[in-house]
Amino acid sequence: MAAGGHSPLEQFEIKQLIPLNAGGVDISFTNSALWMVIAIAAATLLLTMGMRGRAMVPGRLQSLAEISYEFIANMIRDNAGSGGKPYFPFLFTLFFFILFCNLLGMIPYSFTPTSHIIVTFGMALVVFIGVTIIGFAKNGLGFIRLFVPSGVPIPLLFILVPIEIISYFVRPISLSLRLFANMMAGHTMLKVFGGFVISLGFVAGWAPLAFLVALTGLEIGIAMLQAYVFTILSCLYLHDALHPGH
Amino acid sequence: MPQLAAETFASQLIWLAITFVVLYLIMSRVVIPRIGGILEDREARIRGDLDKAEELKADADKAMAEYESRLAEARASAQGIIGEMKAEMAAETEKRRQEIDADLSKRQAEAESRIAEQRESALGSLDEVAKQATAAVLERLTGKSDQDRVASAVATVGEGR
Repeated sequence: MAAGGHSPLEQFEIKQLIPLNAGGVDISFTNSALWMVIAIAAATLLLTMGMRGRAMVPGRLQSLAEISYEFIANMIRDNAGSGGKPYFPFLFTLFFFILFCNLLGMIPYSFTPTSHIIVTFGMALVVFIGVTIIGFAKNGLGFIRLFVPSGVPIPLLFILVPIEIISYFVRPISLSLRLFANMMAGHTMLKVFGGFVISLGFVAGWAPLAFLVALTGLEIGIAMLQAYVFTILSCLYLHDALHPGH
Repeated sequence: MPQLAAETFASQLIWLAITFVVLYLIMSRVVIPRIGGILEDREARIRGDLDKAEELKADADKAMAEYESRLAEARASAQGIIGEMKAEMAAETEKRRQEIDADLSKRQAEAESRIAEQRESALGSLDEVAKQATAAVLERLTGKSDQDRVASAVATVGEGR
């Protein structure tokens, strides 16, 4: 089925661009690293270019920058409460990093760093560890209350507490898998249908092409949605860390 | 599946850390203060404008109240002047009326006294005329007349009047 002998998964191949080695560990500058750099450059460019004028009445780009700022600020206030304010720069960065990695991945022949589980897991682990540290720093051992639902009969606690603990530790996995799986599945689907277009040719290739166009629109939506989901879940975890009582 | 090629993990994580930290620094040092500053400036400006508008409105309200009170004052003083004038005119009219009344009653009294006087004198001369007429009648009828008897007769008749 793969056109020209290419597997749909071939697009996820990590290619070394500049081989680097630090103490026997391979830290080469790869296509993934290149697209991360492009993503942060694009995010920086968009947000600084937009704010260049610092106009009292914003233009289009400035409006976009201001709206994204307020969007994230409101997301944190609504989901994590006012205590979440110090973490605004981190969550803002997280949102834009994922958003730009996802969106730039939609460009043909580009690479999507967030389609790799290790990248999404790295981010999810930072969020998980960070939130756990914040939880213990803000509440001390009171953070344990997070695992003990209030108003539950004692016998039930023997079942519920392990479930709460497991669900807590599964968070980084679910958080990273969600983003990684969405990105990978989307790109694989696009590749598969792209293969159909080629193999069916001029005669019947139009149907998968039309589907491909619709799917591209959907994937752009998913790219934004997943950046939003990752950030809002981080906000919710932060809320648990700040207010552990159920 | 290329995602499971563990030999690429170190490189991906390193570059993720580098790019993420760089983006974090740019966002927290440059982008966020800039956007936040603009939003705060705008909010401050809008709040300032609203405050100023409120102030101006208060001023206008004050001026309006002052105008109203001045108007009320002017109305009240006008009413006072009108009342005063009315009272003054009423007093003047009353005084004039009393003067005229007094004058009229004085003249009436004078006229009355003059009438009484004339009546008195008319009545006084009536006796004389009656005596002469009686004497003349008596002389024609009897050829003589006694002055004293005529006078007493006239007086007697006059008393019965």
